[in-house]
Amino acid sequence: MDSIDRNIINNLQGNFPICEHPYAKVAEQLNITEKDLIQRIDKLLEQGILSRFGPMYHAERLGGGLTLAAMQVPEIDFETVTKQVNTFPEVAHNYARNHKLNMWFVIATEKPEQINIVIAEIEKQTGLHVYNMPKQTEYYLGFQLIV
Amino acid sequence: MDTDQLLIEIIQNGLPLVSHPYAAIGKQIGLTETEVIAKLNNLIETGVIKRFGIVVYHRKLGYQANAMVVWNIPDNEVDILGKKLGQFKFVTLCYRRSRHLPDWPYNLYCMIHGTDREVVLQKIDELIEQCYISQFPHQVLFSKRCFKQRGAIYYSTSND
Repeated sequence: MDSIDRNIINNLQGNFPICEHPYAKVAEQLNITEKDLIQRIDKLLEQGILSRFGPMYHAERLGGGLTLAAMQVPEIDFETVTKQVNTFPEVAHNYARNHKLNMWFVIATEKPEQINIVIAEIEKQTGLHVYNMPKQTEYYLGFQLIV
Repeated sequence: MDTDQLLIEIIQNGLPLVSHPYAAIGKQIGLTETEVIAKLNNLIETGVIKRFGIVVYHRKLGYQANAMVVWNIPDNEVDILGKKLGQFKFVTLCYRRSRHLPDWPYNLYCMIHGTDREVVLQKIDELIEQCYISQFPHQVLFSKRCFKQRGAIYYSTSND
């Protein structure tokens, strides 16, 4: 990764242009060619530095359901439960965290009412309680990392 | 499925890396480039698309430590503090969420990313000091492992 890659990462975490030649427009701002920009994005995706390139949707406005959930998983069962939870296609992220509630994951569904169904199914499969922590207010979602 | 949904589905896995990406997308679902551009602008204006661009794997960029900091803030103060915390550059997300009494009294969540835990803890101290919130109980939950990180998929038809 060189300074041009860093420039791409720092400038493209939002506001990608919606116009006929978006790559050309961004490339011009970054002082590189369109071809170079496309190749670099492709390479960053391939290297796994970028996980995705495109839109991030607002689940509720799209008519979908989204929530954060947590579980208290006995250490000895952690691997098994991780596998069980990650098998659900509705589970988007899953993190182990250093707390009594040690597993935290995001559930995204096509319809809001499916959230409770997925939670009930996870509880049934794992035999553990799932704490549902739905969002009430969003104060900030800039999510911009500088490299 | 209407064309908006088709469009949402087709681009959720990534924008084509070609000179005219919106024309390329349109071709797949029977829309012109102009129509795709108009529809996307509309989805952004109405907030259905909240961000359009690259999504980074923070760990690969040297952000090894990721903390979820949770606070128990009185209901009548949480909005003011939420907005305040969200203004700090290193706070990447800030939400109010439901409590689960008595197990989980926390209602304000911040995500903070940093190169290591020390850096993140310093930033948390900075937040507490500058927002005068030392009187409110808080907990720092560092992530130990990330098992799964991908964008949410809303239309199952495009699932693998």
